[in-house]
Amino acid sequence: MRVAVVGAGPAGVRAVEALVAAGLTPVWIDEAPDGGGRIYQRPPPGLLRDPGKLYGFEAGPATALHAALDALKPRTDWRPETLVWHLRPGAQRLSTLHRGRQAELAYDAAILCTGAMDRVIPIPGWTWPGVTTLGAAQIALKTQGCGIGRRVVFLGTGPLLWLVAYQYAKAGAQVAAVLDTTPFATKAMAAPGLLRGGTTFAKGLYYTAWLRARGVRIAEGITPLAIEGTAHGVTGVAWRDSAGRTHHVDCDATGMGWGLKPEAQLADLAAVPFRFDAQQHNWVPQRDAAGRTPVPGIYLAGDGAGIGGAEVAEIAGARAALALLEDSGHRVDAAQVTRLDARLARQARFRTALERAFPFPAALARAMADDTILCRCEGLRAGELRAAARAEAATGPAPEVNRAKAFTRVGMGRCQGRICGAAAAEILAAELGRDVAEVGRLRGQPPVKPIPIAPAAEAA
Amino acid sequence: MKLVRLRDDARPRIALTLEGARIEAQQGDTLLTALLAAGAGYLRESEFEDGPRAGFCLMGACQDCWVTVVGRGRVRACATLAEPGMEVSRG
Repeated sequence: MRVAVVGAGPAGVRAVEALVAAGLTPVWIDEAPDGGGRIYQRPPPGLLRDPGKLYGFEAGPATALHAALDALKPRTDWRPETLVWHLRPGAQRLSTLHRGRQAELAYDAAILCTGAMDRVIPIPGWTWPGVTTLGAAQIALKTQGCGIGRRVVFLGTGPLLWLVAYQYAKAGAQVAAVLDTTPFATKAMAAPGLLRGGTTFAKGLYYTAWLRARGVRIAEGITPLAIEGTAHGVTGVAWRDSAGRTHHVDCDATGMGWGLKPEAQLADLAAVPFRFDAQQHNWVPQRDAAGRTPVPGIYLAGDGAGIGGAEVAEIAGARAALALLEDSGHRVDAAQVTRLDARLARQARFRTALERAFPFPAALARAMADDTILCRCEGLRAGELRAAARAEAATGPAPEVNRAKAFTRVGMGRCQGRICGAAAAEILAAELGRDVAEVGRLRGQPPVKPIPIAPAAEAA
Repeated sequence: MKLVRLRDDARPRIALTLEGARIEAQQGDTLLTALLAAGAGYLRESEFEDGPRAGFCLMGACQDCWVTVVGRGRVRACATLAEPGMEVSRG
């Protein structure tokens, strides 16, 4: 049986581990040179790889995952630095690109462990050089030993906001401020549920307390007003506090993000149906608790199947592989399945509390000023999308996001709506007076990332 | 945008060029790190005249950090390792 696993982060590694243990030799594809996913991404050769320094409290899981990854590579058809840019479910084929070379790969079953990226809300000034996502700020430090600036403001909400701020301060950067759009009271209300998460919650408290103890400026329940800057870069951030007063802080870089969203384009191309998960406030591909999708032969695990974090991804990766093995007539250890299912159920309860603690501030996206750049690829401003939504628009109304994309080019650029998609849907929904779930999601298109014309033509 | 080297910054030096001007970088730098730590300031101009860009996601997804390398064509600066002698231009 030809099994393909896409992704070598926490989910992909544990999925491959279970497949190899059952005697299979999967094709294992990852876009990065050395696997690990985003959370346990390793620096290029020649840079410091001390897990304690790079991953902090996660050094243990990171080291264990890297050891498993390295041990599994020779036991699979390992294909690093390879992008899966298309998936044809009917033909059961993947199209891949490795160093400019196109290849087609037939599969009988595939486990997609495609991970997640930062969820972003555009605010005025967010395209200046020196503004990055929170994930980017962390990657710069973790894999390049660099800060995105000398004096940095971290803005947004979620566990990553506090973790990255802590990591920067610890590495010797000046953290000018941590600006959380979630009020303290919202987080406090979720605390009882968060305690179920055990160490995850404790770590979050630790980062916050550590930053406070060092006198880092912290503001919660804020509304960001603008990232100030010039063509030379960021100069400061302005915000409004919960009492309506405006504030400003000088900085030369800003990391921002509001939680994560699944990188689910391949699941989309595989024709897996999606549903709007109100708790996560994300569109997620449909799957059962084990990772089976309604599409035969397609399994999903990790953050690409709905945000759950690295610990969940490891469990889900193993569980999806066992589902695949079960479905293809292999004998699986029933006790192991039960154990994994119980751990997934426990983690899901913690996740509910976490989402309540750091809700996506949809109102912030909906209130975006007309002249704020919404789609950074196409230079499209929020007002242009609002105009297209209206019934009196020359094109006729845009009742959902794909129509709006055709009319305005929102989400049509080089990132294919990864960055602006969530905010664009909120703006469109607000303009139409609808729930965000009703305006749909930007559909995935091949190639899922830009590729040169020649290999695409070769595959056609 | 100026990337600041906070640790692990005593690696062997390599030289490349940006728009013909010599840039010193360190082995293991991505092109994005090499250029922005050396003071390049930005990586490309937006096609829509809304200013310069210097990358955003650093994980190969946003495509905001495209630069052109002689012999390779257009690459994502965040996902491409800097190599000695690379001739890079913005956009």
